[in-house]
Amino acid sequence: MTKKIQITLNGKKTSVEVQAHRLLLDLLRDEIGLTGTKEGCGTGDCGACTVLLNGKPVNSCLILSGELDGAEIVTIEGLKIGPELHPVQKAFIQDGGAQCGYCTPGMLMMSKALLEENPNPTEEDIRFALSGNLCRCTGYAKIVQAVQDAAVELRRMKTEG
Amino acid sequence: MRRPEPLEIFQPASIREASAIVKEKGPGGRFLAGGTDLVIAMKEKGLSPKYVVDLKRVPNLSGICEEADGSLTIGALTTMREVETSPAVCKRFPFLAQSAAEVGSIQIRNRATIGGNMANATPSADVAPALLALEAGVKIAGAAGERTLNLGEFFRGPGQTAMLPEEILTAIVIPAAHPNLVGEYIKFSPREMMDLAYVGVAVALVLDGKKRCDAARIALGAVSPTPMRAPKAEAVIEKQILTEELAQRAGDEAARECKPISDVRSSAEYRRAMVGAMTKRALLNAAERPGPVAWTERRERRY
Repeated sequence: MTKKIQITLNGKKTSVEVQAHRLLLDLLRDEIGLTGTKEGCGTGDCGACTVLLNGKPVNSCLILSGELDGAEIVTIEGLKIGPELHPVQKAFIQDGGAQCGYCTPGMLMMSKALLEENPNPTEEDIRFALSGNLCRCTGYAKIVQAVQDAAVELRRMKTEG
Repeated sequence: MRRPEPLEIFQPASIREASAIVKEKGPGGRFLAGGTDLVIAMKEKGLSPKYVVDLKRVPNLSGICEEADGSLTIGALTTMREVETSPAVCKRFPFLAQSAAEVGSIQIRNRATIGGNMANATPSADVAPALLALEAGVKIAGAAGERTLNLGEFFRGPGQTAMLPEEILTAIVIPAAHPNLVGEYIKFSPREMMDLAYVGVAVALVLDGKKRCDAARIALGAVSPTPMRAPKAEAVIEKQILTEELAQRAGDEAARECKPISDVRSSAEYRRAMVGAMTKRALLNAAERPGPVAWTERRERRY
């Protein structure tokens, strides 16, 4: 069954023709061409497909397109602030928070969501928030460090307005 | 990973409309809440519903409300993350909030709903033992109007509930609780996160100043075809002073009462032994250190 839906994707209102059973992940990657969002396990365990749906991090591999009329979606392609990389992106680069990079888009989306909710997280808060994002390369130490550094930078940006 | 088969999706704006769609379209459809069980079943188990009725557009099915009579109503479409972070739940029943926080990841909990989890009737559902220990009821709506059941009568077997196909779970109701009620939920699993419970134990106690147990509720997950109460273990501690020795005896009784199976996660014997140990631990934790705890402490206090 195809259905016309309106979504706001990375800040832009768009109207797309979708098949109801198509996964949001496939809609993004195969129909819209935003391939930054990755598929890992396909069952909601690894977090590689994390996007923000109405402001909240979710697994795009478990969402049917037919549910999405009116939804606001932000993917890794929408993370930049104007021409600048988002502080979490910069911190992951600076701290070596990415190795093979496959989990990175999901890690970044989850980290952005965490820092919006909790601008000053402890290491344990970060590990709790990222427990649904698996990385097989880094051992997580540099990812946690990157989120902490991004938190510092975001707080600095906020105080400087 | 395989993809869901083509299907028709409906987004009714009322319960009546949702029931009517199921009546008209007949068998082979499924209700959709958060989709974290349903979509996985489509991908992993080859479930291919002819049609799906998405309940997320029905108004008033989500949210947490403290009622005038002291009860707490949790709408069926309230997400696990909302239960976990709700000020009302955290204040009144921190162990229920904690049990919701044990489910999957934040991404999963932003989608998974408490009603979907109950309607799916998985024996290992983390919030089920906490809700059973709080003697929660469920509101069910259908063509003939609304009815209420105790959660204990609602579960009928793995994946089986007392609902008719066109009926919809609308809310969980937790009756007014004694002001001195304390509780604890322990999820026993060798991983800290992202695992199903090998054993889940929830306790809710009403204790007086001398640790005399005026009321006791003990509920177990993942050790029988449905989440279950352990009435014989409850009887061991009711009207008694809670000591370590008594908690041990209650644990032994709960271990005898449960009906675990052996599966990929654990043998039945191990589950039974862990029911004993975790019941004892949960009773002592509830009596000594009730209240919300960070996940790092939660990890430690299982042992």
